[in-house]
Amino acid sequence: MAQPLVKKDDDRDDEADYSPFLGIEKGAVLQEARVFNDPQLDPRRCSQVITKLLYLLNQGETFTKVEATEVFFAVTKLFQSKDIGLRRMVYVMIKELSPSADEVIIVTSSLMKDMTSKTDMYRANAIRVLCRITDGTLLTQIERYLKQAIVDKNPVVASAALVSGIHLLQTNPEIVKRWSNEVQEAVQSRAALVQFHALALLHQIRQNDRLAVNKLVSSLTKGSVRSPLAQCLLIRYTSQVIRESANNNQAGDRPFYDFLEGCLRHKAEMVIFEAARAITELNGVTSRELTPAITVLQLFLSSSKPVLRFAAVRTLNKVAMTHPMAVTNCNIDMESLITDQNRSIATLAITTLLKTGNESSVDRLMKQITNFMSDIADEFKIVVVEAIRSLCLKFPLKHRSLMNFLSNILREEGGFEYKKAIVDSIVILIRDIPEAKESGLLHLCEFIEDCEFTYLSTQILHFLGIEGPKTSDPSKYIRYIYNRVHLENATVRAGAVSTLAKFGAMVDTLKPRVFVLLRRCLFDNDDEVRDRATLYLNTLGGDGAVVETGEDVKEFLFGSLDIPLVNLENSLKNYEPSEEAFDINSVPKEVKTQPLAEKKAPGKKPTGLGAPPAGPPSTVDAYEKLLSSIPEFANFGKLFKSSAPVELTEAETEYAVNVVKHIFDGHVVFQYNCTNTIPEQLLENVTVIVDASEAEEFAEVASKPLRSLPYDSPGQTFVAFEKPEGVPAIGKFSNMLRFIVKEVDPSTGEAEDDGVEDEYQLEELEVVAADYMLKVGVSNFRNAWETMDADCERVDEYGLGPRESLAEAVNAVINLLGMQPCEGTEVVPNNSRSHTCLLSGVYIGNVKVLVRLQFGLDGPKDVAMKLAVRSEDEAVSDAIHEIVASG
Amino acid sequence: MELCPLIKNILLLDSEGKRIAVKYYSDDWPTNSAKEAFEKAVFAKTQKTNARTDAEITMFDNYVVVYKFVQDLHFFVTGGENENEIILAAVLQGFFDAVGLLLRGTVDKKEALENLDLILLCLDEIVDGGIILETDANVIAGKVASHSMDAGAPLSEQTITQALATAREHLTRSLLK
Repeated sequence: MAQPLVKKDDDRDDEADYSPFLGIEKGAVLQEARVFNDPQLDPRRCSQVITKLLYLLNQGETFTKVEATEVFFAVTKLFQSKDIGLRRMVYVMIKELSPSADEVIIVTSSLMKDMTSKTDMYRANAIRVLCRITDGTLLTQIERYLKQAIVDKNPVVASAALVSGIHLLQTNPEIVKRWSNEVQEAVQSRAALVQFHALALLHQIRQNDRLAVNKLVSSLTKGSVRSPLAQCLLIRYTSQVIRESANNNQAGDRPFYDFLEGCLRHKAEMVIFEAARAITELNGVTSRELTPAITVLQLFLSSSKPVLRFAAVRTLNKVAMTHPMAVTNCNIDMESLITDQNRSIATLAITTLLKTGNESSVDRLMKQITNFMSDIADEFKIVVVEAIRSLCLKFPLKHRSLMNFLSNILREEGGFEYKKAIVDSIVILIRDIPEAKESGLLHLCEFIEDCEFTYLSTQILHFLGIEGPKTSDPSKYIRYIYNRVHLENATVRAGAVSTLAKFGAMVDTLKPRVFVLLRRCLFDNDDEVRDRATLYLNTLGGDGAVVETGEDVKEFLFGSLDIPLVNLENSLKNYEPSEEAFDINSVPKEVKTQPLAEKKAPGKKPTGLGAPPAGPPSTVDAYEKLLSSIPEFANFGKLFKSSAPVELTEAETEYAVNVVKHIFDGHVVFQYNCTNTIPEQLLENVTVIVDASEAEEFAEVASKPLRSLPYDSPGQTFVAFEKPEGVPAIGKFSNMLRFIVKEVDPSTGEAEDDGVEDEYQLEELEVVAADYMLKVGVSNFRNAWETMDADCERVDEYGLGPRESLAEAVNAVINLLGMQPCEGTEVVPNNSRSHTCLLSGVYIGNVKVLVRLQFGLDGPKDVAMKLAVRSEDEAVSDAIHEIVASG
Repeated sequence: MELCPLIKNILLLDSEGKRIAVKYYSDDWPTNSAKEAFEKAVFAKTQKTNARTDAEITMFDNYVVVYKFVQDLHFFVTGGENENEIILAAVLQGFFDAVGLLLRGTVDKKEALENLDLILLCLDEIVDGGIILETDANVIAGKVASHSMDAGAPLSEQTITQALATAREHLTRSLLK
């Protein structure tokens, strides 16, 4: 890995480039490390060798297990020396080597001696080293010393113990929690950093006890915390308390706001900034609360220090998203930052200005930005392009100058991501601002005349095919498209052929001319291009005369595929060539949502037992396979939907159970995923006794017990019910886990022969209307809505009563209906008073359903909702209203 | 949100982007090649800027990086994207000034490599496992310097710290402004 420095430096005989580590080699240094074993230690020389070892490690060199062990044992010899400098290097070296448990024992006694030494520096460092390398068992032995160290009068020692405590809290919380009293004493320390470390540890010890945190904050905000770092911590804890108490404290002033506001006058910049940022991030912050924070941030904008300017402009940029008016006061300072040396600051300033700017300032701003664009990197340009896009959506009247700007920068040099951002923006503007359509399409046409990115060319061609035929003069785009057939690679040519065909299909007058062009494509040297041309020539019909193209042909060629491509891909992979043709209707339409948990950073994995029982992978395919492999359920037909797992037990109970509801046309199967979290038990013959007395339409038909459930390996048991066919029957089920429990000897892992029958109460389970709804998205909601028969529309209004927030109300309704939100409408912007949400889905019986929800705030908290449903069956539209009315 | 301010790494690179001394406190870069890639990216991004009078700052890959250059040495401190920039800058300033004190004003690559032990100890005194230990350059330098004293010298750390602090005060003033 690490290049020996010598190679690089060989060819340059520069005196100034001399390095003491020139030509250093691991093998030689390991040899040198033998001096550690000399009876007469030379501290200087030993220090040098350790430095060399550390240098190697720092350059990325690694030691093998044997080498590391050897070095470690040699280093332990150095505890004999009384040289402070050497000892200090020994500490660092031991931490770097991170010895294994059996090696740690060798140094434990030496370190414990140092921990009780009279020399402060020894105590502090020995604590840090020992806590770093120790495991839990040793900790109880040294706990007494650590507690003493926390209240040591030397701040370095106290800090070392406190910081070690913070680290140890992750691994040995029960021990560290016992130090509460000492830590509390340290919070009062006169030494700034001790106070900071003590406060951090005290808060972490108490973080799960909301009341205690509240008390901590109340008492400290009154007193004076000396250290700026500790004050920053206190501000963070305070905002947390404010956040958590926001829900139950509606009336009157916000608690602790005065404290935050007071911190704006602190003498340390880090505290001022922390407080200002905390205020801007308060939930539902008012402009009166914001003003003082904005004022100090504005001062920072003209600071000579880049870090302050950056911090301020970054925060104001965020504020501008929700409270653009509050930031307008800073516009003049912000404009002078456009020329800032630091390009990050300049970009943030520009995008903030774009957010806060008003209609009249747009033109001036665009002029300034044009100069600026030439000398920043692509990544900054992308940010600017995105800001301009949202500005244009805000001021549609300004589309001309903004569109011009976009087309200008589209012609300039730039990488793929940047060009893609511009093209995406133009496409969005064309879609949302009808007046911008024609000029936007022409800009795109010009761009593909000289575009090096195949992906963008094909995207634009596709888009042209959709929008071009709808313009006043579709023929003017044909030239641009046909040029592609001559000049580009096969992928783009094929795309161009499809686009031409679309023009031919949609615009009858163009059809003869398009046919001429398509016929020429029959001689292309690429298979795909020729195939496409042949297909279109044969299906569009009319032999190139001016005739209308049949609706079904259009639907076949250009209709949208309402099946998720992933599902289609999977089904095609599973298809085995046979007499039977592949049936596209057999592809599941359910949109798979990726479990979020997978994306979370590793290292924070829940520990084995506390984790919820992991069922088999929750994909439709896997469930389908699993269920069809069970003979009892094999004749239930096609699986309509499987729900997400519903927990039936609290976290960290003896047995963890969750249930997945599988809906068939005439049956429902409950799949109980069980995990046994008691190492001393083996469960056998596990069943769930379901009481369906509150679910009248359901009758139990089969049950499949789980033969045995050993410790920590999840298993499943099933119960099946019959229900009236095609009817969205609902009901409540109570569940009891019944099993035979056998004691297991933990040392041998063998179970006793005799078991005892036992029961375990689980929580209730409900089959609700949403279980009969598949989440199926549509790509263009408006189109889909308009093609649906208006006769089947049902509209009604509902009062939802007081709600926590608009977003919460929207979510509740989405969950109630179990439908797929479209076009990102499930996200409610902060502080908005009304919101429209679009949903789509497929109801049992394969009935497509579209829902348009309009929410409005009525009074401070009351939410009113207008629900419009269109579906292929009016009975289903009524059923949706019933769901909402009864929910 | 992480409540306690955390440092992701501290880097000291030379004018070609090569390591003098680096310390990572986060698992975000599990391998040496990931670390080297990060250093390369940081260096490339900051190389052309002038961070010689004031600490500069940039943001990329969801990290905030503050940095300062002197001679052929490039100092960097990295934090998470939501970290208070000014706290990071304080750590950088502490590191930068402490190195200045320890190298007795001659702050360049040659001197840094010749006193690598001091630099490594300095890193060890500033941050422990991501948590800030100390940001005051005088105290940091004092803790490091006291270790290079003879074993026989009187072991009153505080006085040594203070002596050192006074001796270097005029220098620090100009650095801390």
